[in-house]
Amino acid sequence: MSTSLRNNQHVVLAAAAGCLLLAGTALAFYWVPNAPIEGFRQRIFYFHVPIALTAYACFGWAAWKALRLLWTRERRYDLESYTAVHMGVIFGILTLVTGSIWARTSWGHWWVWGSRQLVLFLVLFLFYAAYFMLRYSVEPGPRRANMSAVYALFGVALIPISFLAIRLAEDLVHPVVFTHDVQSRLTGSQLLTFLVCLVGMLALAGSLYVNELTGKRLDVSLRELREALE
Amino acid sequence: MTYLADVFALARKDLLLELRSRDTVPAMLLFVVSTLVVFHFALPSDSSATAETGLLWVALLFTALLGLVRAFVAEREDRALDGLVLAPCDRSAIWLGKAIGVVAFLVAAEVVALPAYGLFFRPVEWELVAAVALADLGLAAVGTLLAAMAAAGRARELLLPLLFLPLVIPIVVGGVGASATDDPGRYLAFLGLYDAVFAILSWASFEYVVTE
Amino acid sequence: MTTAEKYVTAAYLVVLAVVLLYVVLYAFKLGRLEREVAELAERARRRKDERQEAA
Repeated sequence: MSTSLRNNQHVVLAAAAGCLLLAGTALAFYWVPNAPIEGFRQRIFYFHVPIALTAYACFGWAAWKALRLLWTRERRYDLESYTAVHMGVIFGILTLVTGSIWARTSWGHWWVWGSRQLVLFLVLFLFYAAYFMLRYSVEPGPRRANMSAVYALFGVALIPISFLAIRLAEDLVHPVVFTHDVQSRLTGSQLLTFLVCLVGMLALAGSLYVNELTGKRLDVSLRELREALE
Repeated sequence: MTYLADVFALARKDLLLELRSRDTVPAMLLFVVSTLVVFHFALPSDSSATAETGLLWVALLFTALLGLVRAFVAEREDRALDGLVLAPCDRSAIWLGKAIGVVAFLVAAEVVALPAYGLFFRPVEWELVAAVALADLGLAAVGTLLAAMAAAGRARELLLPLLFLPLVIPIVVGGVGASATDDPGRYLAFLGLYDAVFAILSWASFEYVVTE
Repeated sequence: MTTAEKYVTAAYLVVLAVVLLYVVLYAFKLGRLEREVAELAERARRRKDERQEAA
């Protein structure tokens, strides 16, 4: 996938994201029947889970670009990894907010330590927020690029380990484990709505990613231009 | 075998420096004991084993941070890290040598902290000691790597805790679980898994953190 | 609207709000980029004129 704005692939991506999310929202509100146990509020699932999966995908993409940077030492991978982390954090915040709203409507509290997804995303949010602190405090250059890449790789290692830790911690602190009554098998209409929203969210992340990456590359080019014209 | 020789030379250098200047370990000792005393006033009198153990682990975490901040101070002030990096040794040997030094500092602090905990709060059992030993390896592994990263930037004393704390949450879970539940084996195994994963990752990626 | 419906709508609206916020921030960034490009273009033009005068 080209990430330059010079051809029109990014327009297609943005249009696809818009159409899919519009369709997905319509499906989620008007077409899909109420879930048997949870009722109407289960519909948050059709946005919340795709957003969470997209966040994971962004962090994974960032780690892949980080690996490529360390492997090939090509500078462009630094910006790509950085942008992917930024997208991941945005979608992570959205996961926390939609998850919190879902928790409030399901169990009456804005935050529940018993929800594994919420706690995991909180830990990841803290971790990747520190990524930005790291970038801001080190001089730009290959050293900062390398460090950011190593940190991004540590992030994806942290995801499964944190999840394990959170599961183990449940036996420790004995909170009531909160899970939503999402049936293990989605019905046809539920699955369709979910998939439309999932692909839409991924397209949205991709679209924002391309735009942001172009902006960052322009910053770099402008800086070089400025130095050339001094 | 020169790899291990390099590692031990580096570790020896750090330990000898500390032996002569004696600034880091005494500070860690005093810090951890003071923190335990503060925790006594912060806890209600009928607090559970989990609460007291949990606060011990918090104290250990912040004591480790104290030691780690100092870990690269000497190198940075004399630009000795550049010299080390230019030396014809494998960069990961620097990490391993430093991490061994950090483990030594932590053990020195815990030799005082654990008896103090036993005195102030509740008796220390073998599971706690085993958990602390395993946790030390994990804390030193990621801490050394992150300290090298923080040392390269501004505001390193602020940056290191931000980088460190999210990564070591699993260690706290493992440590408290091993000492406060009926099934320590699971938590000790988890600590071992953490140590293995992050030690290998840190060892493999240290080279990239200190070079261009 | 029942409370359940309110919460569900709120969740979807939050997502929309964040995306729109991103668009607004991006508009600011584009404005800044445009200004910088204009400034650099001006400098390049001046340089060209100076070189033509010197020649």
